[in-house]
Amino acid sequence: MSTPKRVLVTGLSTYWGGRLAESLEADENVEVIIGVDSVDPTRELERTEFVRVGTQHALLRRIVDAAEIDTVVDARLVVDSATTAPRLAHENNVIGTMNILAACSGPESTVRKLVFKSSAHFYGTEQDDPAFFTEQMGRPHAPTTPIERDIVDAEAAVAEFAEQNPNTVVSVLRCTNVLGPDVRTSHRDLFSLPVVPMILGFDPRYQFVHEDDVVGALHHAVKEDVPGIYNVAADGVLALSEVAGLLGKTYVPLLPPWGTGLAAALARRIGMPVPPEMLSQLRFGRGIDNRKLKATGFQYRYTTREAVIRLREHMRLDPILRGVKEPYQYEREVEDFLRWSPNVRRSATDEATGHRPQATGPAPVRVPEPAGPPVEHYDDLEAEEVISLLGSLEAGDLGALRDYEAAGKGRDSVVAAIDAVLARRAAASRP
Amino acid sequence: MAERERTSLRPEREANGGRSHNGERNLPVPFDADLRRHLPGVEPDRQLDDWGRSERVEGAMDKLLYDFMYRYWFRVEVEGIENIPASGGAMLVSNHSGALPPDAPMIAKAIKEEHPHPRPLHITIEHFFKGYPGFSMLVSKIGCVPAHPANVHRLLYDEGQLVLVFPEGRKGTEKLYKNRYRLRRFGRGGFVEAAMRARAPIVPVCVVGAEEAAPIFAHLSPLQKLTGLIYAPLTPTFPHFGLLGMLGYLPAKFKIRFLEPIKFDQPGLDEDKSLVQTVAHDIRAQIQENLFDMLEQRNSVWFG
Repeated sequence: MSTPKRVLVTGLSTYWGGRLAESLEADENVEVIIGVDSVDPTRELERTEFVRVGTQHALLRRIVDAAEIDTVVDARLVVDSATTAPRLAHENNVIGTMNILAACSGPESTVRKLVFKSSAHFYGTEQDDPAFFTEQMGRPHAPTTPIERDIVDAEAAVAEFAEQNPNTVVSVLRCTNVLGPDVRTSHRDLFSLPVVPMILGFDPRYQFVHEDDVVGALHHAVKEDVPGIYNVAADGVLALSEVAGLLGKTYVPLLPPWGTGLAAALARRIGMPVPPEMLSQLRFGRGIDNRKLKATGFQYRYTTREAVIRLREHMRLDPILRGVKEPYQYEREVEDFLRWSPNVRRSATDEATGHRPQATGPAPVRVPEPAGPPVEHYDDLEAEEVISLLGSLEAGDLGALRDYEAAGKGRDSVVAAIDAVLARRAAASRP
Repeated sequence: MAERERTSLRPEREANGGRSHNGERNLPVPFDADLRRHLPGVEPDRQLDDWGRSERVEGAMDKLLYDFMYRYWFRVEVEGIENIPASGGAMLVSNHSGALPPDAPMIAKAIKEEHPHPRPLHITIEHFFKGYPGFSMLVSKIGCVPAHPANVHRLLYDEGQLVLVFPEGRKGTEKLYKNRYRLRRFGRGGFVEAAMRARAPIVPVCVVGAEEAAPIFAHLSPLQKLTGLIYAPLTPTFPHFGLLGMLGYLPAKFKIRFLEPIKFDQPGLDEDKSLVQTVAHDIRAQIQENLFDMLEQRNSVWFG
């Protein structure tokens, strides 16, 4: 709780990245939030800075070093094969994780904490599973679906990172299936069908966690130092028939107990959302032990039952409210204007958006970025190119540029040109 | 083989404050090492508990079947019910028999009927049942739990429940009529290890009558292969009366004897493998001895 944190969130444009950034923005103890992703953010954020990077996150090290990031939250793991093509998911989950870990490792790295959002798919679902998985349990069987293989590989890389970087606090959060009004998952799509499909003769045990609790758990791991692996799942394990009952839907055996894979492949053709990793869950179910995270002081806001009830309430309201709220569209120029323009009145926007708590004194002062040139790619420019640019710059920027040039390359021609422009401006403003 | 792949649950050592074996440092946040305090609460609106047990289904089974079987069909007689502790975790270890074993529900019913503080009994069963359509839906609803060491530990140590274990497993239920009341091997002593780790007492249980109620004369392996069941026995009523024939029990007289509990109060007993084996062997011998004693005194299979 002592020093302000400088946080980097990977996968800012994923649901979890966006939600976490929102949550961190309200935390006064978080000084800087930088989000990276390969696509535009999907949520409206106030003080988070977005940097677009390639899917491989190859240049992440430079961002981490430049901004002196101390906490990296990796919220970008794909855990639902219905949302992403398998090859892309593999690229993201395995190669992306490796590169992100590489960006945080090494003795001179500024990163002191890594929070990795993983999934309870790590444990898989098999016939001879325990009724509640605890964090110490390894995976009893080799993974069978591509998404589970990816998650196991990614966690292995994180474990290796933790071993090699003993000074970095590494928290791994294994989240069970998420349910909530806002997040789209295969299970949510499954429950949106007119009936809840089941495999004939099975009534699996299901545990969910509300989306707010996942965000809360990630934030908890950023705020407190909780090294180790933690299961994230709400209290209570329901039978699927119980879930269907809470949703007010009929529980119908649409899938046969034998040849389920084939039937599911056909069902996918007609649009039923049953990815392979869900099939074994529909058969055997899974419960995980959430007590370790609770023992660190985290409190869940919803039980599994309450999460299902929230979803039901939302699904009732959804047809009425659909289309009322326009989806957020990221526009770089607007975001940059709002963040950096001196014409934006801080307090006014704060009151209007209500994002930042106004309780204590003036709004937190935006911490200046580590001194850099006011011109993009300045270091790559030739002296002549710089001089031709000078006319378009503000007086303040010119001063900063002069300092930067003097401290850096110190080209006489450039410094002289800046001085000349400044002198001319001063002369013009004099009556 | 499956045993070796399976994860065994070792409780975190309470002594060193939340340090577990995956290399965690002591946590800077106040970490509550006694996880029992963090068990999820009971939601009163729910019909099922977290293990999938349904009071409604259990009650229906009790009214439809168990009550009749207990009072009129098997006319169960119980000795030593006071040996079952009124609170805290305890493991009941029993001999096992019958194609679709009638002994487990009768032990559960005996506790419900005779014990001054009736408590639910969790019956451990083969993982097979979790994977077989139909059974999978039913068994968890009537209080059965797959026999995984982690499940037994959670029930005994964390939740302080009664757990019924049949160490003979399917070797007990598939034995033929000619081998009746001769105990099979008691697994690998895993049940003793689980009880020691949870520091819960073991109550040996002897059941007489179940062997005659559901005798098995032979095994029909072609039928077993066809249905994918763990075994397909030839009993007086199965398979010629269909699946319900599995429930066609003969009206043998049941006697259940609960023996003195064996207590394991010191921690770390489960580390001693030879002690585990010795205790497992002793319990088996004790049950066998009492079974022979009860059989000696029995005048008639049907009237006791």
